[in-house]
Amino acid sequence: MARKNRPTAEIPNGSMADIAFLLLIFFLVTTTIATDKGIAMLLPPKPDPNQPPPEVTKNDRNIFKILANSQDKLLVEDEPLTDVFELKEMVKIFVLNFGNPGEEGVTIYNSLPSSMKSYISINGRRVDYSDDPTEAVVSFKADRGTSYELFVQVLDQINGAYNDIYGSRVGISASDFLQLDRDDPIQKRKYNNARQGIPRAISIAEPNKIGG
Amino acid sequence: MAKFGKKSNTSQNIPTAALPDIIFMLLFFFMVTTVLRETDILVKQQLPRAVQLTKLERKSLVSYIYIGEPKQTNLYGKEPKIQVNDVFVDVSDIVQFVNQEKDKLNEAERDQITMSMKVDVDSKMGIVSDVQQELREANARKVLYSSIKSVDL
Repeated sequence: MARKNRPTAEIPNGSMADIAFLLLIFFLVTTTIATDKGIAMLLPPKPDPNQPPPEVTKNDRNIFKILANSQDKLLVEDEPLTDVFELKEMVKIFVLNFGNPGEEGVTIYNSLPSSMKSYISINGRRVDYSDDPTEAVVSFKADRGTSYELFVQVLDQINGAYNDIYGSRVGISASDFLQLDRDDPIQKRKYNNARQGIPRAISIAEPNKIGG
Repeated sequence: MAKFGKKSNTSQNIPTAALPDIIFMLLFFFMVTTVLRETDILVKQQLPRAVQLTKLERKSLVSYIYIGEPKQTNLYGKEPKIQVNDVFVDVSDIVQFVNQEKDKLNEAERDQITMSMKVDVDSKMGIVSDVQQELREANARKVLYSSIKSVDL
């Protein structure tokens, strides 16, 4: 025999919003919208034990040498340097030197915008700097006792110089160049135009075993 | 004047029936975007500052290596240590760690694995370069020196 007055089987949903709010606040607090940024580098492949290490055939003037010792002192092109932030301009002038450009170098030079050409004629053409951007290599050697902070700063300066060059080649700033989205075909073309012919040649030598 | 005197019949209530749904939508958004931190970082992490930063493109290809002075100096000493996942490891274990991480990826993507190095500013290059040598050995050559955008430059 069924009862006549069945109580209504309803869940009170007035507090539903409050519960959802609580959960919402929990996730709001725990969320770290992860923005992992940094300086990307490609390490050299591991040396083949059967092959002797390749000999350096580059001209000395084509290598921009940066040394850092365990006291965090810099030696740049055999001269001591106190302010790490001067490096960017030095690297830029070094890469865009066109001291003795080869065939490829001439093509690159002709493709540059006029603002960069005048920059080169003011700062460039030094005999002791690189022949042309295709030849230029920036070499950075740190000591085991060098602080990581200085290492990152130097890398940042070198990368900044290259990004400046790439950016001004296509008429944008270095930070705009970094933000080019390579999935978008138009921006990808811009990126390739900027990079074309000027390799980001950064060589990081193995640190010294002994403090110096 | 008569216009003002008239009382309108429309009800003044905002319908709140849809409120839970809106909240739930927000909730789901945050639930989906949240990455709960899986690892306890046992080392100090004051990242260096830099300007020329690139974003990581694909999170799934990234593995993290933490280097720095241990937070619990009375237990682990003051020398910078290497942490992967939840434990401290030796330099010689890095190759194994990289291979483990590579096994998690598709075969086609294994070469694209990126190691994000989160290194404390007070560390020295010695330990960092030891790790780099091991990464070269393990053929994980894409490295990201994790740093914070500096504003004053």
